Amino acid sequence: MDISVDTGLLLAGILFLLGLFGVLMRRNLIFMLLSVEIMMNAAALAFVVGGAKWKNVDGQVMVLFILAVAAAEVAVGLALVIQMYKQFKTVDVKKMRKLKDE
Amino acid sequence: MTTVFYIAAIIAIFSTLRVVTHKNAVHALLYMVVSLLSFAVIFFLFGAPFPAALEIIIYAGAIIILFIFVAMMLNFGSKEANEREKKWISPSDWWAPGLLSLILLGEFIYLFTAGGEVTTIELYPISPKEVGTALYTKYILGVELVAMLLMSAAIGAYHLGKHKRKEYHRFLKGDNNEEN
Repeated sequence: MDISVDTGLLLAGILFLLGLFGVLMRRNLIFMLLSVEIMMNAAALAFVVGGAKWKNVDGQVMVLFILAVAAAEVAVGLALVIQMYKQFKTVDVKKMRKLKDE
Repeated sequence: MTTVFYIAAIIAIFSTLRVVTHKNAVHALLYMVVSLLSFAVIFFLFGAPFPAALEIIIYAGAIIILFIFVAMMLNFGSKEANEREKKWISPSDWWAPGLLSLILLGEFIYLFTAGGEVTTIELYPISPKEVGTALYTKYILGVELVAMLLMSAAIGAYHLGKHKRKEYHRFLKGDNNEEN
């Protein structure tokens, strides 16, 4: 098998699914944020592969935007994690049931 | 070139799996760095050297460091953490990520000396120059919007992470001091 669009997109799909698995299965908020990062990276890989296939710069420009959005998301998300830890003394999302209907 | 891609892909999948399933947050972050380095190799192979460099500089160098800061801050000062700080990191914790990143370094050196991005007929490399030109002509509005987004994110993170303290106006300060 040679390097092709198919293998690149397959790799992006596998990594995206791993990230999705992490978001759904983990309860630690830091790991959930990390898994979101993995999913964003997989999407960026798909953009790069598309850009290489059609010889278009738009794919790589979109990777830069994804990078900036990821940085912004991490900054706000980690500030929220710190606030959550201050208030609840835990980063377990299952412990946050304040809004649960009982 | 194909073998380089498959080695990097296997390392990416393995280290990402370790990130998702690892118990210890800091060790998972070590594997995350390896995962990002392998992403950089793959980007380079797909003819995207500029995103490959940014992946290492911004993702591994800035975002993951932020994660590590927060992960270490969360149990800062606890007895267990103080005990751990006194010990050296044991080789069983770092040999696997270290070995994987050495392999990726070898791949990068090979790619630079062999002088090649991808050589298949199907895929075309795009130089950083073209990306920069597109970014500052066609997408200038997007760049400005991203700048505004980053600015608001920085202000939001500062506001959320700030240690809240009760503050009184300077006219009220005297009264409250008397009450206390």
